[in-house]
Amino acid sequence: MAYIIKTALELGLLYAPIPLALFLSFRILNIADMTTDGCFVLGAVVSVTWAAAGHPVLGIFLAMAAGVLAGFVTAMLQTRFGVPSILAGIITNFGLYTVNLWVMGGSSNVNLLKTETLFTMFRRGASFAGAYSDMLLIAIITFAAAAGLIWFLSTRLGLSIRATGDNADMVRASSVNPRFTTTVGLCVSNSLTALSGGMVGQYQNTADINSGTGIVVIALACLIIGETVLGKKSMFKGAVAAILGSIIYRVIYAVVLKTRIVPMQGLKLMTAVVVAFAIAFPTIKEQLHFARKKHLASKDASGKEA
Amino acid sequence: MLELRNISKTFAPGTVNEKKAISGLSLNVEDGDFITIIGSNGAGKSTLFNAIAGSFFVDDGFIFLGGQDITYLEEHKRSRVIGRMFQDPLKGTAPSMTIEENLALAYLRSSEGTSPFSRISARDKKNFREQLSKLGMGLEDRMKDPVGLLSGGQRQALTLLMATIVTPKVLLLDEHTAALDPGTAEKVIELTKSIVEAGHITCLMITHNMKQALSTGNRTLLMNDGHIVLDVSGEERNALTPKDLIEKFKNKVGEELDNDRILLST
Repeated sequence: MAYIIKTALELGLLYAPIPLALFLSFRILNIADMTTDGCFVLGAVVSVTWAAAGHPVLGIFLAMAAGVLAGFVTAMLQTRFGVPSILAGIITNFGLYTVNLWVMGGSSNVNLLKTETLFTMFRRGASFAGAYSDMLLIAIITFAAAAGLIWFLSTRLGLSIRATGDNADMVRASSVNPRFTTTVGLCVSNSLTALSGGMVGQYQNTADINSGTGIVVIALACLIIGETVLGKKSMFKGAVAAILGSIIYRVIYAVVLKTRIVPMQGLKLMTAVVVAFAIAFPTIKEQLHFARKKHLASKDASGKEA
Repeated sequence: MLELRNISKTFAPGTVNEKKAISGLSLNVEDGDFITIIGSNGAGKSTLFNAIAGSFFVDDGFIFLGGQDITYLEEHKRSRVIGRMFQDPLKGTAPSMTIEENLALAYLRSSEGTSPFSRISARDKKNFREQLSKLGMGLEDRMKDPVGLLSGGQRQALTLLMATIVTPKVLLLDEHTAALDPGTAEKVIELTKSIVEAGHITCLMITHNMKQALSTGNRTLLMNDGHIVLDVSGEERNALTPKDLIEKFKNKVGEELDNDRILLST
């Protein structure tokens, strides 16, 4: 059991930058950024390829830089060339498949065999942490990313990004170009996604071309789970909720894996249902409310007739 | 101060929905003018404001502000020197952000040259607090509240403050009190007058209230069908009553003023 919790914590923290990224793109900028899947893989392949070449730390930073570029392409498509925002992400995501193959020199996966990674380096440096050194490193990176994001959102630039999703007219009236803020926002969010990919790649010692499929839906589920538990009133709460949601999701995943309450193949369907339901919830609530009102009104009317 | 030289704007040209919103309009606004604008439905009043603010570029003509040609300057760049308010109180503020954060955003207009990574300073906060207290709505004690919690009147007063916190060269008010109840509208108009006066701001205001059009500012324009059909100021304007204005409109245009809201409010 302890082992399950430890693994869930590690995986939860490893993947947590993606719900953080969606907190920025989906919640704050109000954009469903479909670049996420391909961007995650991009982060992984860049980081693993550079780790294989002997530069694991540089690999992580280059992964994030690659994420920024991916976000930039999606942002350009939608802010400059009028491509609808969902489609812009889908197009970039599609093109990234080829880019990812290129980075890996044409093969569909790269493995790290007895190569130095961020984690082997840290294990040596932080021997006091013993078996928990991986988790410690992941936690440091993920929490640093979250802290950086919260700080960024409190700066003047961050404020204008937040206002862009809220009321773009007002941003324009404040002498800031909403195209610019949207672009910066998508660059930052995709760098977080790629950071997660970069960490996961070195943690698992492998990068695979198909490892990103559906990750945007899982990350949305994490974000929604976290927000349900913690609320999303402030930027701080929203960011913490994204991390917490990611951990909870991995705990659920681990429990299902262990106990098989739900067959393993059913997990994706379950995730899809959770996400669809959570996003549809406000509308469903409204419709139920209206139906009740109609029912009461008709009862009232027939009562008067009698 | 602000000069429009022969500007035109046609929407959906070449289609069945083609609409000449402004045609060959020229206007010279003097420094410190407070102009009120009235006109029929679809006369081009809001289009005129959109053209000045840069929501679109005009098809023809030139726009000068303070001697500088701004005809092709983008909207967000013009907004450094042009403040604007709409009828809809929801349009001017970001609902999920706090009063303080909204003001900080508006204050960005003065920020040229400062780092985009700087944050709201204690001095900014003190400044915001002082300015808010001038509104007399108690908002200075609610700076951490999201703007979405405020009433329409409070939001509109806040938007007014945001539009003028960095003194603009021109302030455009598009029926900014029309959605408020009479009492609140009166208060926002008084605030507008005192802020405009204190800052010596050049101001254009669209209104459907004839009395307000004549009692506010120093010059009144009547618009119809994309043109300015009447431009009164000084002695001539002082002598006018709302009835005279409707009569004058009829004489000029040859038809009744077609704006039910104007007619209902006179």
